[in-house]
Amino acid sequence: MNPEAVAQLRAGNPRAVARAISAVERGGAEARAVIAAIFRFTGRAHIVGVTGAPGTGKSTLVNEIAKQYRRRGTRVGIVAVDPTSPFSGGALLGDRLRMQDLFGDGGVFIRSMATRGSLGGLAAATSDAVKVLDAAGFEIVLVETVGAGQNEVEIAQNAHTTIVVEAPGMGDDIQAIKAGIMEIADLLIVNKADHDEVSATVAALEMNLNLKPKAENDWRPPVLKTIATTGEGVADVVEWIGKHRAYLEANHLLEARERARFRAELEMVVQRELMVRLLRGVNGTKIETLVEKIATREVDVYQAAQNLIGDM
Amino acid sequence: MADRPIRVLVAKPGLDGHDRGAKVVARALRDAGMEVIYTGIRQTPEMIAEAALQEDVDVVGLSILSGAHRDLFPRIVEQMNKRQLDDVVLVCGGIIPDDDIPTVKAMGFAGVFGPGTSTQTIAAFIRDQVARRRGVHAA
Repeated sequence: MNPEAVAQLRAGNPRAVARAISAVERGGAEARAVIAAIFRFTGRAHIVGVTGAPGTGKSTLVNEIAKQYRRRGTRVGIVAVDPTSPFSGGALLGDRLRMQDLFGDGGVFIRSMATRGSLGGLAAATSDAVKVLDAAGFEIVLVETVGAGQNEVEIAQNAHTTIVVEAPGMGDDIQAIKAGIMEIADLLIVNKADHDEVSATVAALEMNLNLKPKAENDWRPPVLKTIATTGEGVADVVEWIGKHRAYLEANHLLEARERARFRAELEMVVQRELMVRLLRGVNGTKIETLVEKIATREVDVYQAAQNLIGDM
Repeated sequence: MADRPIRVLVAKPGLDGHDRGAKVVARALRDAGMEVIYTGIRQTPEMIAEAALQEDVDVVGLSILSGAHRDLFPRIVEQMNKRQLDDVVLVCGGIIPDDDIPTVKAMGFAGVFGPGTSTQTIAAFIRDQVARRRGVHAA
């Protein structure tokens, strides 16, 4: 990345930002060059993850949260992730459709991202796209995950504050005490609070939170009600994001979270790179031959894997 | 440089609210392996150009049934050019009278696809156009 492009990116020039995100999405040397040029300008943004099941209103909520921040003059970057088809490799990215209120505001940048094969609710390049927005001076970066099931918890590692969005009628109190996505919430939101069963959903979530043994200084996630289509309750959400940030700062948890995030990122990059190198050294026919041998029960999957790795 | 999936913005400029065609095309392009950013109805020229810029798309596909293309399309092209997006492939579909097709093409639209066009034709056209432009950039 040339110094001119870096300067433009840091000034928030939308074309420079858009191009840099495309580069980190493509991966490889180009992505590494972008990150190498901008990494030292990152670390200022507060990263907020928004996750939850499909149809709970994540995108509409992100739209409203962004509007609240804009009223306070805060610049907002948004990365909205939707799934890539496992069959065609294509994707329909429809989150932007719910964020039309933000159009025409130079203080907002929205980027849609396809998962391109990643599981976990984010794309492989999501954390790099966040770095680009961070370096470009967006003070809040909202990351909307794919419609998450129970186990798409990767966002917790990538965000300072994680919001889990629920909607009334999505399940009983057993759903609320299951492991996984419910555990990563710093803020729990029951959206569509104008629907029936909202109090039952809030009660189930509160009960689950009350069952957790409370250590001193623990963060207790608030359960907040919103109606994202009208914006009701969203000012409260933004207040709570601020409170959570203050809590992290007061307890020196920002540093700890950041180190955990970088450790996870480092492991992921090493895994990816090793995989690329391994597969570069192995020809496709060898893999096909091994698959055939597994299918005929001549070898098992572990033996075949050892065989491949032995070739490195 | 690894080839990324083709990114396409599908939008409906103007005031007509019939988006079935746009959705069918969006779905078909998804199935053709493209990343489709769908922004839906009632898009102004500025909204379309801004989304194309932020999303760094290769292609903008517009669906219009209202007859306002003569008025809206030049404004969209103008907004795109203002943002230096002159290398983005423009295609359109919907109801564009035959007599208007030369005018629309002269504005900078590479493809005009009327009712009855197969979605495979549209996908193949887009793939070919993008391959050419990427070829130029690589050279």
